[in-house]
Amino acid sequence: MIRIEHINKKFKKLIALNDINAQFEKGQVISLIGPNGSGKTTLIKAILGMVKADSGKIFFNDELINGDPSYRSQIGYMPQIGRYPDNMKVGQLFKMLKNIRNVSADNLDEELINKFGLKEIFQKPMRTLSGGTRQKVSAALAFLFSPDVLILDEPTAGLDPLSSEILKEKILKEKAKNKLILITSHILSDLDELTTQIMYLQEGKMEFFKGIEQLREETGELKLGKAIARIMKGEKFSNEWIDRMVLKESLEGIKPEKNSSFRSE
Amino acid sequence: MIKQQTMLKLSKYVLYDIVRSKVILAYTLFLFLVSFSLFNMEEDSSKAILSLLNIILIVVPLISMIFTTIHYYNSYEFIELMLSQPMSRRKILLSEYGGVGLSLVSSFLIGVGIPVLLYSPGSVGFSLLFTGCSLTLVFTSLAFLTSVKARDKARGIGVALLLWFYFALIYDGLILLILFNFSDYPLEKITLILSALNPIDLGRISIMLKMDVSALMGYTGALYKDFFGSGAGTLFTVGIMLLWIAIPLSLALRVFKKKDL
Repeated sequence: MIRIEHINKKFKKLIALNDINAQFEKGQVISLIGPNGSGKTTLIKAILGMVKADSGKIFFNDELINGDPSYRSQIGYMPQIGRYPDNMKVGQLFKMLKNIRNVSADNLDEELINKFGLKEIFQKPMRTLSGGTRQKVSAALAFLFSPDVLILDEPTAGLDPLSSEILKEKILKEKAKNKLILITSHILSDLDELTTQIMYLQEGKMEFFKGIEQLREETGELKLGKAIARIMKGEKFSNEWIDRMVLKESLEGIKPEKNSSFRSE
Repeated sequence: MIKQQTMLKLSKYVLYDIVRSKVILAYTLFLFLVSFSLFNMEEDSSKAILSLLNIILIVVPLISMIFTTIHYYNSYEFIELMLSQPMSRRKILLSEYGGVGLSLVSSFLIGVGIPVLLYSPGSVGFSLLFTGCSLTLVFTSLAFLTSVKARDKARGIGVALLLWFYFALIYDGLILLILFNFSDYPLEKITLILSALNPIDLGRISIMLKMDVSALMGYTGALYKDFFGSGAGTLFTVGIMLLWIAIPLSLALRVFKKKDL
């Protein structure tokens, strides 16, 4: 559905993206993981056309994204820091986007607006909202037009546990509808139950892009957090390192025990 | 058709945002009070127009640039939000320009237009209004170019102020210097070209020559009057003003299209 070929991006001297290649398909939930400043948001913004890559191509449904913005009607984007016009009221914001997108009412997905209770704050101006409430607005906007692709940049950061749970439920629901979902997050336990694929970025380089089952086997950890921590602890991550880990585990005969709290797909 | 509709919708929201901020209302009121009191103080309405012209040539470019720059940086969030929607960058910037330009022009037309139409309707009055409107659009366009180029608000406003300073004050000094140093040569044609390189000068000359004061300007004045008084001269003024609007705006569009946001 989205194909990325040899994307490079530099900000002055800093290399933000270094020759990234990947293919994302429908029904996948891809977790973008990596330390701060590893290029996750830049990659997302390149897919959205907000950052123009220095070289390389991005295809959306086999069409090169280059100028024509209509492909973005199939993407719902939840930014890391939702910034909205200060003077606008919450209700106006939703009205404006509906007006601009010109989507009929039956195609709207207002589940999150209702579950987050956003209707009660429709009269409040955006500038008075707290960070968490802004996140809720961003989330509701991303899901509003029931897009085929959801791009969520740190969706649960700043949300209270209850709202975070509502959002996760919603993501699972959309996943079941065979949509492509891209998530970045540092809260790896949130990703555990959602993700099907892991993309690990470091200093703009894609260190690996693997299915979660494969990753679990290779690291011998059931929890994504522990698996990634192992990888991050390793001074330099390499394929050899994985091989060694796998070898070590098979020698020691460690069999990962089933964890009941883990919801496997 | 659909594309134009979405652009109109966007412009509508930009306009709505601007009107709510009330700065534009204060600007309208200021222009209205100044023009009204000038017409009331001076017995002779053409003298009043001359004083009004001098104020407009300073104030309109300054306010247009500063207002546009501040508006651009304040609506950065709006632009960002629109970029994640199926909306081309060209459309976003053009509707921003449409909203800002329309609001500034209408506040000029209300603030200055109504007094001028009441006290001194006629060709001089109309060319004053034309000059004011085109200067508004020219400097809005220039301000869009500088704000798209400059990374932060402080730098953007600084560059806008410098540009205004250049067009309103420094440029005239440079022209005087040239005229003074090369006074032995026939400079009429060259000064004509030089005036086209500064929209403020162009506006000033095209209005002054419609008034009686041009008699004071001697031989050069007569030559100018010949040119600017003719149909070709009017066409020249309009054409150059349009270029001054279109070129910075299209440059701004080009920069904006390649920009990372």
